[in-house]
Amino acid sequence: MSWFSDLFKKEEQSGSIAKTRLQMVLSHDRGDISPGMMAVIRDDIIAVIAHHLQIDPESVVVNLDQDERESRLVAQVPLQQAKKREL
Amino acid sequence: MSEGTVITITSGKGGVGKTTITANLATALAMRGHNVVAIDADIGLRNLDVVMGLENRIVYDLVDVIEGRCRLRQAMIKDKRLEGLSLIPAAQTRDKMAVSPNDMRLVCEQLREEVDYIIIDSPAGIERGFQNAVAPADHVLVVTNPEISAVRDADRIIGMIEAEEKGPGRLIVNRIKPDMVARGDMLSIEDIVEILAIDVIGIIPDDEEILVSTNKGDPLVRGEDQNRTGAALRNLAARVAGEEVPFLDLKAKDTMLSRLRSWVGGRS
Repeated sequence: MSWFSDLFKKEEQSGSIAKTRLQMVLSHDRGDISPGMMAVIRDDIIAVIAHHLQIDPESVVVNLDQDERESRLVAQVPLQQAKKREL
Repeated sequence: MSEGTVITITSGKGGVGKTTITANLATALAMRGHNVVAIDADIGLRNLDVVMGLENRIVYDLVDVIEGRCRLRQAMIKDKRLEGLSLIPAAQTRDKMAVSPNDMRLVCEQLREEVDYIIIDSPAGIERGFQNAVAPADHVLVVTNPEISAVRDADRIIGMIEAEEKGPGRLIVNRIKPDMVARGDMLSIEDIVEILAIDVIGIIPDDEEILVSTNKGDPLVRGEDQNRTGAALRNLAARVAGEEVPFLDLKAKDTMLSRLRSWVGGRS
């Protein structure tokens, strides 16, 4: 963007704020999973994986994604070096 | 004669314009030469009668038919201003439990023999009244407004229509304000369609004339003027009747400021 368009740039328009908020709220409505439940699921996923692999709990992201009218739970769990298990 | 088609107008959220759209759709279909009956399924909150201007002629209502106090024909109020249009009003002093989904199926089975289109005005909500209105439907049209709460409720209703195996519903976006969309302060049709993933059958611009026509009990589509909201409603009726009609161009008037904004922001 040039300095010229910066001059005219406004804060984010309310129409696109509405769209983003709607997408968020619908992904929860459709999955029938509340944000509180998502936090519990996230903690459980971290606990299970951390039992076997070395992960940084802070970097785990669990989201509801939607494609058309389908919702899916997507977890991103970056792995650190595999923990050597003592047998 | 072929069997009539049952079309239910629903929304989830109240106050988005279901009753106005039902009245105008039924009127416009009758103007096209079809035999049409509109049914007010909002038991206890009767309103379609006043919007259609037929409130002074009610003797029997839907619950009277269902409970056997009158014949179906007796509850059909003919609109004397327009050949082929009639209304079956809701009962005002009863509640939704006075009618069952099966009652609605039976009433519509009889009506299918008599008319081309049966347009049902559903009550707001997702309870019994909605189930009653959707039970006999061949097609369900979901009305929404370009605002978060109405679109959210429409999403819920679309899911329920699919669950009732009446899907896919089709969408009517009512009360769009093209100038607000142009300046980015209203959800656009494209946004709503992307979010709801459903086909659109009607795009109705907001207009004060709607209230004027409701005040008079004379649906807007009946006017022969150039009003674009009336035109959008007549186009909706044409699409319901199976005609392919392009959507009206609702872009706001091209002002110096909007041209500068779209040039600067790269929007169109």
